[in-house]
Amino acid sequence: MAAQDLSVFVRHRDGGIASMELAVDGIRCAGCMQAIESGLGREPAILGARVNLALKRVSVEWREALLRPEAVVDKLGALGFKAYPFVAERQEDGAVAEERSLMRRLGVAGFASMNIMLLSVAVWAGNSGDIDPTTRDFFHWLSALIALPTAAYAGRPFFESALRALRAGAVNMDVPITIGVVLALVMSVAETWTHGRHAYFDGVVMLLFFLLIGRYLDQLMRRRTRDLAGNLAALKAETGTRLADDGSWTITPIAAIQPGDRVLVRPGERVSVDGIIETGRSELDQSLVTGETAPAAIGQGERVHAGTLNLTGALTIRVEAAGQGTLLDEIDRLMNQAVGSRSRYVHLSDRAARLYAPVVHALAAATFLGWLAWGLAWPEALLIAATVLIITCPCALGLAIPAVQVVAASALFKRKIMLKEGDALERLAEADIAVFDKTGTLTLPEPDILNPEALPAERRAEIGALAAASTHPLAQALARALGATAPRTDVREERGHGLSAGEGGDEQRLGSLAFCDAEAEAASVKAQHPGASLIAYRHGAYRTVLALGQSLRLDARATIDALRAAGLEIAILSGDRAEAVAPIAAALGIAHVQAGLLPADKLNLLDSMAANGRKVLMVGDGLNDAPALAGAHVSLSPVSATHLAQAAADIVFLGDSLAPVSAALGISRKARGLMLQNLWFAVLYNAVAVPIAIAGLATPLVAAVAMSGSSLVVTLNALRARSARSSEAEA
Amino acid sequence: MNIIVILFPLALGLGLLGLGAFFWCMRSGQFADLEGAAWRVLQDDDAAAPPAEKQAR
Repeated sequence: MAAQDLSVFVRHRDGGIASMELAVDGIRCAGCMQAIESGLGREPAILGARVNLALKRVSVEWREALLRPEAVVDKLGALGFKAYPFVAERQEDGAVAEERSLMRRLGVAGFASMNIMLLSVAVWAGNSGDIDPTTRDFFHWLSALIALPTAAYAGRPFFESALRALRAGAVNMDVPITIGVVLALVMSVAETWTHGRHAYFDGVVMLLFFLLIGRYLDQLMRRRTRDLAGNLAALKAETGTRLADDGSWTITPIAAIQPGDRVLVRPGERVSVDGIIETGRSELDQSLVTGETAPAAIGQGERVHAGTLNLTGALTIRVEAAGQGTLLDEIDRLMNQAVGSRSRYVHLSDRAARLYAPVVHALAAATFLGWLAWGLAWPEALLIAATVLIITCPCALGLAIPAVQVVAASALFKRKIMLKEGDALERLAEADIAVFDKTGTLTLPEPDILNPEALPAERRAEIGALAAASTHPLAQALARALGATAPRTDVREERGHGLSAGEGGDEQRLGSLAFCDAEAEAASVKAQHPGASLIAYRHGAYRTVLALGQSLRLDARATIDALRAAGLEIAILSGDRAEAVAPIAAALGIAHVQAGLLPADKLNLLDSMAANGRKVLMVGDGLNDAPALAGAHVSLSPVSATHLAQAAADIVFLGDSLAPVSAALGISRKARGLMLQNLWFAVLYNAVAVPIAIAGLATPLVAAVAMSGSSLVVTLNALRARSARSSEAEA
Repeated sequence: MNIIVILFPLALGLGLLGLGAFFWCMRSGQFADLEGAAWRVLQDDDAAAPPAEKQAR
């Protein structure tokens, strides 16, 4: 057995120190963290190990000369943790840099708002007492000194976004924010210049502070989903057997296989790369790729895709793409077509902004003109208009949605559901029809014995050994299901009929019903499992018939019922034959079934559903589902899915159960409810605050109280949701 | 009121010190794992624990 080669994951540092990042399965608590860190720490060659509990990762440093990277993985295995190395993201990654810069701006804005508030409280207290105007002016100038550079630095994300929107001829939430901030700053400086009583420096900086918190949470959410996607890829731990030019071979992680390499795929292995067959011929089970469960013959010069199962012969493949996968031309075209429809979705927050921005602009303008008509001088009128903009500024709006998203995402993560897009929550909550693929989604990807009662335990080994001797796809599947690895050597194969071993009364036969003379036993099995492949076994006078087919995922029935109870219509769109789909649909009580569909058919059906105003939730795992996953309103995919399907899905769930689908729906609906609650609260808040601002009564003190109060309420609402949700999760 | 001229820069300076500390924490990756840090406090065998390193960022 060749050793795994992990050297591609190792980063080298000065002084012969190597480091590696590992995604670790099974870190649950602080105890695991300590076990890993102290366990690895005992090894003299290991300089340090640090667990990141939030991301379930470990980074290890060791002396390169003393230890191979594989030994680190083995050490973790000895401690009871399965570890999977992956290529760590680089610091200069755009999103990481973006998050750090936001955090820095957040720090600066927080610092500045605290210090300005220190001065402002003194001014407010003095204004109601008898503050010396010179002192007040001094305090105002100091505030300006802090506020102006802070606003220029911390407000940049908003200014830039507003400019981008205006250049594109659109209006987003950042336009009123920018206008409000700039106007308020200019008017406050003018006010200070003319020894006025009110300056809004504190309000402006506090506004930026709260808005940055919302922005940061949003960014955090995005980074977190990306990190988890990285873990997912590592946890799949796919390897390939790479052939060197000298004929030697090593088992290598997929991430280390380059286009142009040659890999060996043995019978019974899943193809892990896309490429062209150089030597060998075989039959492929392409069910993950096309949904079709009948095997297809393939030979030299033909193209194979990752995810297919090699059934009969060893293949040498020249790699075209590993990891991300090449595409069938057809799928490629459909993907481009599908992604366009997804981008038409408008986020809840953007929809709110579309309503909000014009109203606020109109209000501010009306206030300015109204006060002018009333006979106020233009600087005062402009100042009042600026306070309207400031006070209506969507602090609460900016926090409302990201806060709920972060809470909901962590609730999902606890149930092993990974969110890949933040806005998938909103879209999932809207779904009103659930479309399932069959192969690998409703059913488990590998065929299984459907009638285990027909197989006595004492016969498992002998049937397995017989089945393993054959290269027939059905026999191979049976051998895998029985866990048999050692084939019998004295087996005779009669093509088209079956296998036999032994002589006379001890003869064992495995094969077709006629070959084993088992038609009588087959009748009842056939009635119970229509659509399954039957394979018969005879040993002397003993006869049994096994039904091989795809078994349902755990909880499939309960999940479908739960989705129905939640008001969703259920449909199956499968690429497989109608006879194979019908029993599954019958078992789950699904009436809306279409089989034998090409990828384009699936996408067209989804499009026509969307055209009828349906919001489609697509659950699928195959390469043939990828366009449909990308084109659906929202899409889920199991972790066993092909790379492309997983990349196209919004949400990926772990495990063999289908239950995460209904759990995700429940959580997303709750989250959407909370987002709407928060948005309505923001409306209510404005209904109270805006008249005060229009009347010109919004002093800096009122603005500060209103702003921090509303932000607090929205945040508390999100926290309340968390406790409610976790108690529900335990129930 | 002249005392303000001394006190205010002092307050501002302290605040800047805090901001500097925040940036330093960020650079050393202390915000990379917020869950782990909460539990790490409770570990009582500091002596055996591996040295903290800057890898976590």
